[in-house]
Amino acid sequence: MTPFTYERATSPEAAIRAVAGTPGAKFIAGGTNLLDLMKFQIERPTHLVDVRGLPLATIEDTPDGGLRIGALVTNTALAAHPRVKRDYGVVSRAIVAGATGQLRNKASVGGNLLQRNRCPYFYNVHTPCNKRVPGSGCSAIGGASRSLAVVGTSEACIAQNPGDMAVALMVLDAAVETMNAAGNTRSIPLAEFFRLPGETPEIEFALEPGELITAVTLPPPPAGTHHYHKVRDRASYAFAIVSVAAVLDEDGTGRVAFGSVAPRPWRVAEAEAALPEGPAAVVASAFDGAKPTHENAFKIPLAERTLALVIAEGKG
Amino acid sequence: MLLPEWLLNRREFVAGAAASGALTTVPMVGPSPALAETAPTNAVRLDVNGEPHALTLDTRTTLLDTLREHLHLTGTKKGCDHGHCGACTVLVNGTRINACLSLAVMHDGDSVTTIEGLGTPDDMHEMQAAFVKHDGFQCGYCTPGQICSAVAVLAEVEQGVPSHVTGDLTAPMALSNIELRERMSGNICRCGAYSNIADAITEVAEARG
Repeated sequence: MTPFTYERATSPEAAIRAVAGTPGAKFIAGGTNLLDLMKFQIERPTHLVDVRGLPLATIEDTPDGGLRIGALVTNTALAAHPRVKRDYGVVSRAIVAGATGQLRNKASVGGNLLQRNRCPYFYNVHTPCNKRVPGSGCSAIGGASRSLAVVGTSEACIAQNPGDMAVALMVLDAAVETMNAAGNTRSIPLAEFFRLPGETPEIEFALEPGELITAVTLPPPPAGTHHYHKVRDRASYAFAIVSVAAVLDEDGTGRVAFGSVAPRPWRVAEAEAALPEGPAAVVASAFDGAKPTHENAFKIPLAERTLALVIAEGKG
Repeated sequence: MLLPEWLLNRREFVAGAAASGALTTVPMVGPSPALAETAPTNAVRLDVNGEPHALTLDTRTTLLDTLREHLHLTGTKKGCDHGHCGACTVLVNGTRINACLSLAVMHDGDSVTTIEGLGTPDDMHEMQAAFVKHDGFQCGYCTPGQICSAVAVLAEVEQGVPSHVTGDLTAPMALSNIELRERMSGNICRCGAYSNIADAITEVAEARG
């Protein structure tokens, strides 16, 4: 790791001031992804602002019947929360489909949203990567791309968002609450939080420098059965090849998002509207314009089959 | 003390040159800038297995390296150092984490329990005794992490933490074989002692009712 100074923030405002005002500074919460990347010298912060002491670790009911989840709530605490298990099962299911007990105990909700991609070339500092070194090129295009994105990609980057929790949050219309350096707060719809790579794949999130995630909010739970199905190379502790998060109503309508197929959790309104027509129609619409590689073209039929399984589950 | 003529001459030359200002851009004393650069440190107070420790550590020091290299508690093992293998699993304030993916400075004031704190050869924790009874290891390298993880798994089930194989999320939880295997998936055993590890954990879980 590159040497860095360290401080514990005493208030959100102080944390934001410290990060916004110090070149090379970063927030750290669970640190399970950041420290891993620091060991590989992919992330090289010169100052860490530890936010874990801030009062952002509670889960509260909102007046409209939704839920407000503090950014520092651990993945385990969120998955095990009685109201989440009862009303937002897709979130519990998605969280426990990811990582391990040890990692989920440490990882925070805010940090989980900010986890970086898992492209093998992003992790290999000896190869070009436009995310790691902007302008250096993309080694994945024409390289080992089996795990990578098939849709929403660009000529500059085909890395996928590897998360599970975020796919579930996407079907629930979650929003991300933040505070910026001026002390202003805002709520960013999750669909706008993740940026597609375009020509600037190094910019992954709709956050300003120093802007801190303070909470994730969920609207009241939608009616229907909750599903999260993850297909991976081994039965546990592996990133998804394809995942499907869905809330399905008895009448055949519902909500659906796909994970590990795009640079962000992939939810398309027109595709979702095709749910009553069956999985083929949904996938044809969701993956319209996809540009898979010869190594990962299988993800599109796999997404259709996984969705078919989920729909069958929904019908009991 | 007699000095060789060449050294005397060199000294005179350096002294004269410094006085004239010719060498002012070259530091003549002290280490080079690269060597002078010292990594930032922080004070850390840790309670480890009931013993208080006050340390001053390079901020980069992981909790794992603190335990092994500074406190010489080598029961906790370094496998992959990236959170993949679980050999470094310890309990922090009763919760299992990967000690390799946490900085010691993030644990100021925390209580850490390692394999040494669970029990001793003369007074083993029930999970340690069950691993011995069921031969839940071969080489033993992953064992401290397996045992710390197993102790925490039983607590997580009691607390209602679901797993990937849990059926009804809201029903009371039980530790079936498939449940404990899923919950232990962050602890890899290259010797493949899994079936005996599962037997050991099952015995402790059943004894607790």
